[in-house]
Amino acid sequence: MKFTSVFDIIGPVMVGPSSSHTAGAGRIGKAARNFLGAEPTWAKIHLYGSFAKTYKGHGTDFALVGGLLGFETDDTRMSKALEIAKDKNIDIQFIEDTAATEHPNTARIIVGNDKDEIEVIGISIGGGKIEIIELNGFSLRLSGDHPALLIMHNDRFGAIATVTSILAKHKINIGHMEVNRKDKGEEALMVIEMDQNVDEALLQELRETDHIVKITKLES
Amino acid sequence: MFRTVSELIEQANKENIQISEIMIRQEMELKERSRESVIAEMERNLEVMENAIEQSLQGVRSVTGLTGGDAVLIQNYMNNHTPLSGTILLDAVSKAMGTNEVNAAMGIICATPTAGSAGCVPGALFAVKNQLHPTREQMINFLFTAGAFGFVVANNAFISGAAGGCQAEVGSAGAMAAAAIVEMAGGTPEQSAEAFAMTLKNMLGLVCDPVAGLVEVPCVKRNAGGVSLAIVSADLALAGVKSRIPCDEVIGAMYRIGQTMPVTLRETGEGGLADTPTGRFLRDKIFGNLA
Repeated sequence: MKFTSVFDIIGPVMVGPSSSHTAGAGRIGKAARNFLGAEPTWAKIHLYGSFAKTYKGHGTDFALVGGLLGFETDDTRMSKALEIAKDKNIDIQFIEDTAATEHPNTARIIVGNDKDEIEVIGISIGGGKIEIIELNGFSLRLSGDHPALLIMHNDRFGAIATVTSILAKHKINIGHMEVNRKDKGEEALMVIEMDQNVDEALLQELRETDHIVKITKLES
Repeated sequence: MFRTVSELIEQANKENIQISEIMIRQEMELKERSRESVIAEMERNLEVMENAIEQSLQGVRSVTGLTGGDAVLIQNYMNNHTPLSGTILLDAVSKAMGTNEVNAAMGIICATPTAGSAGCVPGALFAVKNQLHPTREQMINFLFTAGAFGFVVANNAFISGAAGGCQAEVGSAGAMAAAAIVEMAGGTPEQSAEAFAMTLKNMLGLVCDPVAGLVEVPCVKRNAGGVSLAIVSADLALAGVKSRIPCDEVIGAMYRIGQTMPVTLRETGEGGLADTPTGRFLRDKIFGNLA
């Protein structure tokens, strides 16, 4: 089921005007910021479908940028996000894309700073709820409702077992897990949704294991 | 966990509790939260709704100037005339439109189920309150009941205009309000479902055609339609009128209609009222002639 909470239906509390185009867009932006793990210095934002057609009137542009700045949906600074980003010298580009997408409210955000760069595709599925469907070219389904670990690793035997056994040792329960790879033996991505946030010690233990390239922690 | 309206009702009858209680218990169980924290979050949403209605009576105006001030006009009219449609109905209309005027003016609202349709549930609640005199707890329960029905729609069909047209937004919102009114007025879970079905039936096929792509025209006034149908359908259900087509089948029909709706009528601002001479004129006036 896509919607699991009554507060997905009665909520979120938000600054208008559109839950799909403003609140949902804000959450996609915030997810991109979390994946990058820092405030970006630049962003290229591709908009598709209804997002591309109506983003100026709906404030989808400022909401996406508000999310990149780390604002929540009810932050009253939201409508000033474009100006705030400009003051911080964050370079933002919007591209109205015409490619066909699976969902009418789709955004592709390529965002980075001097150290790092990531690409996220998010969809806004109604009432402010979102799904992240792609990260750095890997397909996934992530709602952002639960704490999660995104682990880039090399596609080798034992890599997954090592990670899950470390989680088990720390008594962390896995709620949902997806494994995805570009090709046999190539770069791969583990997406692990958990019931609780994990601490730095556990992350350090994961980092020290073989075949792990990068770990991103998403809190909720 | 319930997936359909019939499961929801079966569960309520089996345990002899209200629909709102089923929703509260499910939230506690699935999200591992205490009753207090679940209720407190809903109470905060109720406060946001109340504040938005208050704010609308100060006379808000959107940045474009397309909407705002109508809630005040209606309240003034009600003070000087006996409204033909009845005091509660028109009061609900003014509060539903007022909420959406605040939304269009980028004020703070509670999306119910979406921002564009955020007026129906609070409009209904704060209007029927004057006759039913609910406790604060009953007002919070009103939102859980509305949420339970919205939960079924969101998981079996859709609640966004871009996905399913305005029938998915104001249609769902009005129907959720109707079901909640019935519970507050002392009706049975079955009667809530009948009221829901009758409201949504009257919204089937409703397109999402925002002028200039904005959540203003026709959205604000469509909340007036949604809340009116909610109150009428609640009365029908309380009178014992039943929907010939069961509630879950109406939701299924809404889903299939939305899927076959052309993209121009699903929140792209390219068809319907958006594509009238005045709609195009307003778009060009607001955004400059892009064509």
